[in-house]
Amino acid sequence: MLYSDKVMDHFRNPRNMGKMEDADGVGEVGNAKCGDIMRMYIKVKDGVIEDVSFITFGCGSAIATSSMATEMIKGKPLAQALELSNKAVVEALDGLPAHKIHCSVLAEEAVKAAVKDYYDKHGVSYDAAAFCTGDCGCCHAHE
Amino acid sequence: MIYADNAATTPVSPAARAAMIDAMDKLWGNPSSLYTFGQLAEEALSDARARVAGCLGAEAGEIIFTSGGSEADNQALRSAAAFGAKKGKKHIISTAFEHHAILHTLDALKAEGFEVTLLPVHSDGLVRPEDLVAALRPDTALVSVMFANNEIGTIQPIARLGEICRQAGVLFHTDAVQAAGHIAIDVKAMNIDMLSLSGHKFHGPKGVGALYVRRGVPVQPLIYGGAQERRRRAGTENLPAIAGMAAALEEACAHLEENAAKVSALRDRLIAGLSAIPHAALNGAAEPRLPGNVNFCFEGIEGESLLLMLDEAGIAASSGSACTSGSLDPSHVLLAIGRPHEVAHGSLRLSLSEANTDADVEHILKEVPRVVDYLRACSPVWDELEKGERSYVIL
Repeated sequence: MLYSDKVMDHFRNPRNMGKMEDADGVGEVGNAKCGDIMRMYIKVKDGVIEDVSFITFGCGSAIATSSMATEMIKGKPLAQALELSNKAVVEALDGLPAHKIHCSVLAEEAVKAAVKDYYDKHGVSYDAAAFCTGDCGCCHAHE
Repeated sequence: MIYADNAATTPVSPAARAAMIDAMDKLWGNPSSLYTFGQLAEEALSDARARVAGCLGAEAGEIIFTSGGSEADNQALRSAAAFGAKKGKKHIISTAFEHHAILHTLDALKAEGFEVTLLPVHSDGLVRPEDLVAALRPDTALVSVMFANNEIGTIQPIARLGEICRQAGVLFHTDAVQAAGHIAIDVKAMNIDMLSLSGHKFHGPKGVGALYVRRGVPVQPLIYGGAQERRRRAGTENLPAIAGMAAALEEACAHLEENAAKVSALRDRLIAGLSAIPHAALNGAAEPRLPGNVNFCFEGIEGESLLLMLDEAGIAASSGSACTSGSLDPSHVLLAIGRPHEVAHGSLRLSLSEANTDADVEHILKEVPRVVDYLRACSPVWDELEKGERSYVIL
């Protein structure tokens, strides 16, 4: 099979999927031209991600990595969410095919973009170098 | 499970299976051997050749058995290029939406100094004869245009293109892998010089195909070795597969009209039903189209997730999305008919056979709209389209 059971489980039963109307931070990464866009919403209280959701245009692994990433940052302090790596997402899904690794990179970037949006909206200062600028041109720039 | 991916491959028919088993059990001799075991195999090989030729309006001596459609395409192009080059003709005309067996062979020939012109296929997925006339040059060695497209099913004006090439004295090849056994082919009436076909697209086995080469057209081998196939294709013949392919093609051609009538009725119901989905569009002209081909783009969703969801719903189909092609770009066919990348990613191909039923069509028409709705509900692209932040491509 192309995908692990874990990936298929998160694809079939995505966790935290859907839009969030009253989000404190929203991040969107990817490019429709390349075939995948992830949008992540976070609700923050006392520096902790109280709630998170996503919507994704993309393949099975794009949906599964989004779902897994939301599970991994829910209830975590923002600083900890920023440490989420694409590698950790891949490991949590019991692996991804080589040509799908970029989906996990997108998931990592979507989390960072949502946190950055929260920081921007709430006047929190941060080191800009720690974030993807969103000017990558193409979602596959990190492959 | 509903199998709706017959353009990818087809199950082996009982007639083909029986012919293969018979060949393995009784005709295992080497057709090149002079004793009876060998000669029995040789007779079966000749018989299969005559039957394949008969389905195309060709003569037995004009059929070369190959390992499949890709080998036949490679041999046709390489052979025509080699003979063209000897006469100083190093220009080849083809189309933008050919199968990769053609396009990648052309890339290799380009690297060897040939010049290639790819004709446009327009938004309806049809080559214009006048575009071919305009592209022909004194140094054109070959024209290769597929009989029917594998993704969008549009049937090309092959007889007209063949006539133009014959008048211009240019070799004409057609990749008929999707057409053979499904729509009528007459190589003589259509002025076809070379034609490729593949056994497993019409209920024959995989790993076998044929190249028709009109008598008098020179052809060189791709594979060198023994004197098999009149020195045009070396290697001990794969008789079980050849016998299976011949049985399958003969059966397909004997029932061609009734199968086409049945399958195209199912196709038209699917096209009508899927057209009711908002912001969805049929890819390529509705006519002339292969009897079993349905290909749609659904705006705001991605094809691989659509296929995985349909698999869960008991439907086996295909998509031209980048994720299913294993590359970063979506289908070159959909791009060639002018679909932008973001829309080409959201394509679905359903390819039917005579084994499909009205109940299959009903199930597909129930499940596809449901899955499209579900995926749109969780798509940021669809969200932007609905909010007017992004413009619809398919109105």
